[in-house]
Amino acid sequence: MNDEVRILTVGDCGVSVEFGQEINLDINHRVTALKMLLKEKGIPGIVETIPTYCSLLIEYDPMVIQYDELVNNLKVLVNQLRDIKLPEKRVVEIPVAYGGEYGPDLKEVAETHGISEEEVIRLHSEPEYPIYMLGFVAGFPYLGGMNKAIATPRKKTPRLKIESGSVGIAGEQTGIYSVESPGGWQIIGRTPIKLYDPERERPVLLEAGQYIKFKAITGEEFKAMIK
Amino acid sequence: MNIKIINSGLLTIVEDMGRYGYQASGMQVSGVMDKYAAELANALVGNPAQAAVLESTYLGPEIEAEGDVLVAVTGGIPEVIVDGQWVNPYESIELHQGQHLRVAGMREGLRAYIAIAGGLSVPQVLGSRSTNMKLGIGGVAGKKLINGAELPVGEPSIIAREILTGHAHHRHAAYNYLVDNKIWSSDYHHIRLVLGPQADYFTEESIKALNGSVYTVSKDSDRMGYRLEGAVIQRKNTRDMITDGIVFGSIQVPPGGQPIVMMADHQTTGGYPKIGTVITADLPLLAQCKPGTRICFEVVSVYEAQKIYISYMKAVQEQIRLMDSSIESFDWPEVRVGVRNYQLKIDGQLFRVSVEKI
Repeated sequence: MNDEVRILTVGDCGVSVEFGQEINLDINHRVTALKMLLKEKGIPGIVETIPTYCSLLIEYDPMVIQYDELVNNLKVLVNQLRDIKLPEKRVVEIPVAYGGEYGPDLKEVAETHGISEEEVIRLHSEPEYPIYMLGFVAGFPYLGGMNKAIATPRKKTPRLKIESGSVGIAGEQTGIYSVESPGGWQIIGRTPIKLYDPERERPVLLEAGQYIKFKAITGEEFKAMIK
Repeated sequence: MNIKIINSGLLTIVEDMGRYGYQASGMQVSGVMDKYAAELANALVGNPAQAAVLESTYLGPEIEAEGDVLVAVTGGIPEVIVDGQWVNPYESIELHQGQHLRVAGMREGLRAYIAIAGGLSVPQVLGSRSTNMKLGIGGVAGKKLINGAELPVGEPSIIAREILTGHAHHRHAAYNYLVDNKIWSSDYHHIRLVLGPQADYFTEESIKALNGSVYTVSKDSDRMGYRLEGAVIQRKNTRDMITDGIVFGSIQVPPGGQPIVMMADHQTTGGYPKIGTVITADLPLLAQCKPGTRICFEVVSVYEAQKIYISYMKAVQEQIRLMDSSIESFDWPEVRVGVRNYQLKIDGQLFRVSVEKI
């Protein structure tokens, strides 16, 4: 087992396998690989796994498998991760209506950096953003790779209500509100795509390990897509 | 058959054992706060553990049965009234058509569980009937119940029908587990925890002091988390933590140093370091602690915690087995209409008792 891999105790029904303590894709890929390997092995007693930036939380039932046995199993599996083939890179295109009623803070972000609104849109819709994890609420993606040239502090006074689909910036992070929620992010646009819909067979659209590419659309296109 | 909510009480919601399988997508599990009480309530009316029940907080609801149905109320020590008459919690009750059952308050604890034979059969959302108020799904419209709401009830089990028609004995559960652990008799409740996953973010003195520390449950506590007030838990450094996964019972410590125990509606991930995790067997007790209650932390090893877990799970199953008086044929002191037969376990010895109301 690699030195930097740690198996942390999370009470009597959980362990967390931590592959390091920084946000980078190599570490995150190992989290994904372990999740896949556990699914493939189907170790009895594992109830659910939750992947995050650097670690995989494993919930298990001690009536079926106990701490030492699980940890020993995991130590073996962690050494087999390089044999796991990760799924091919998948980029999900997210159409976004930037500015205006959909992105009330676009102007503020542009002014903060002394650039035009168009330049903010260009810089924001240029990269392919890796999805490190989902959390906070259903379907909320934690993205990496935003251009630091548009990094903007959160709003001093958070909004009480941010529409679902809102695309925002908070510090060096960008993200999409998957459900309506209060929040302090700088809202620069909105997508008509539902990231979370409990009526759908797969309620949450995105998965950790995929990539997002934003595509600028007009307000009319937004309205047409929502119908 | 429907159950009608005449008065919804303070916060009454439909919950089951939770919505598993979607945490990787950021969806909370939700589910009942006190799994022990909910499982007992279900067993008392012949339901499987996963059946959906009503969870009420402090001031419970008043419900009306549209037809004859078997119900049971558990959780702490609830005060239960049927048409003006006190009835016992922790046993099956016949609720006849038009009768009203009310949870008037809690003598001990905070949350009552009302199980209806057949279970509440509101539509499942992603495999569960639990109300997730944040997402607005499950239960009835994803919200707390309102006056006048009508809840469909599923098909009762054979044993429930036999009890209701007088062909089987009423079920009864002594609340042994809680009583054996002197739950309601002390100044403060002992809550055991296992250190980790981020105990190394805190000073050795703080970790040492945690064992035996007394905290008060703050009024800002809810189904998402219990905020605790007491000694400040000191960070060893200010190193930022990278967001990771959370479980029911995770003890987060925000910068102020006052811990928050994550409860049934907790988010799946969080960015505060977690000094420890409350053991599963003590979560039902914690869920019954109301604001102002004092709790005393006791640190145990993961091995001890799993031993306790296994004996706790077995104790629950044993209690449920003892309810099944009708399945095996015992010699009861008295068997006739109007007589209730109970099996009680006192100091490890089993007693069979026949009781008649006078």
